[in-house]
Amino acid sequence: MAVPILRQGEYLIATVQSAMTDTEALRLRDDLVRQVGQYRARGIIVDLTALDLMDSFAARSLRTIAHMTRLRGADTVVVGVQPEVAFAMVQLGLTFEDVYTALDLEEGLRFLDARTGKD
Amino acid sequence: MATEGPLRVPIAADVDIVTARQEGRDLAERMGCSSIESTMIATAISEIARNIMNHAGQGEIAISLVTIDGRNAIEVVASDEGPGIVDIERAMQDGYSTGPGLGLGLPGAGRLMDHFEVRSELGVGTIVVMRKWCP
Repeated sequence: MAVPILRQGEYLIATVQSAMTDTEALRLRDDLVRQVGQYRARGIIVDLTALDLMDSFAARSLRTIAHMTRLRGADTVVVGVQPEVAFAMVQLGLTFEDVYTALDLEEGLRFLDARTGKD
Repeated sequence: MATEGPLRVPIAADVDIVTARQEGRDLAERMGCSSIESTMIATAISEIARNIMNHAGQGEIAISLVTIDGRNAIEVVASDEGPGIVDIERAMQDGYSTGPGLGLGLPGAGRLMDHFEVRSELGVGTIVVMRKWCP
């Protein structure tokens, strides 16, 4: 099942479900990179609230999304990483240092508004 | 020493990685592991299952509850008949990879679990045994 991507103004909001396969992660990457141009999006939120774990493949896909969309002129912010997911990620060695993160959707929108000069 | 299972999940496609980690999480939660412990077990299974996919193409993950010295643990045995690992010591170092990954799979899974061992023979295959005390 493809990750649903919602358009809200200049932003794209992708809501990842609990059981994301590698194929779906790659498709999300391709969809977002394409839609940034298609909809002239300036910001992307990837909402991981429902995601029950993050392994190295999913993390690499998200980093690639952040880097590729940046090159297309849109900032990506990852939101909703759950406490146990964050704990396991750190043990695994995934720190996401070069990816913007925010607590939840609301904070993510606030972050993008600040980045794009909306407030 | 085995007291339940093992539950066997064949690994041959990326959906099988998801199935294996969900089965691992389900068993861990049923056995009373905390949410953090269950997530750590599921994440380690995801890494090891992907290693099977990337390096051997197919294999199997067996998940069971074992009791060792009176303590319960979730045990995961990942086996494949792939090319085997040339240098296990290097494969256990962060950032070392002969495949497309980040090189975090084996060492990362090792950090997530309490017991971790790799047995590999060139041309024969690889077996990873990992356990986490639980609860």
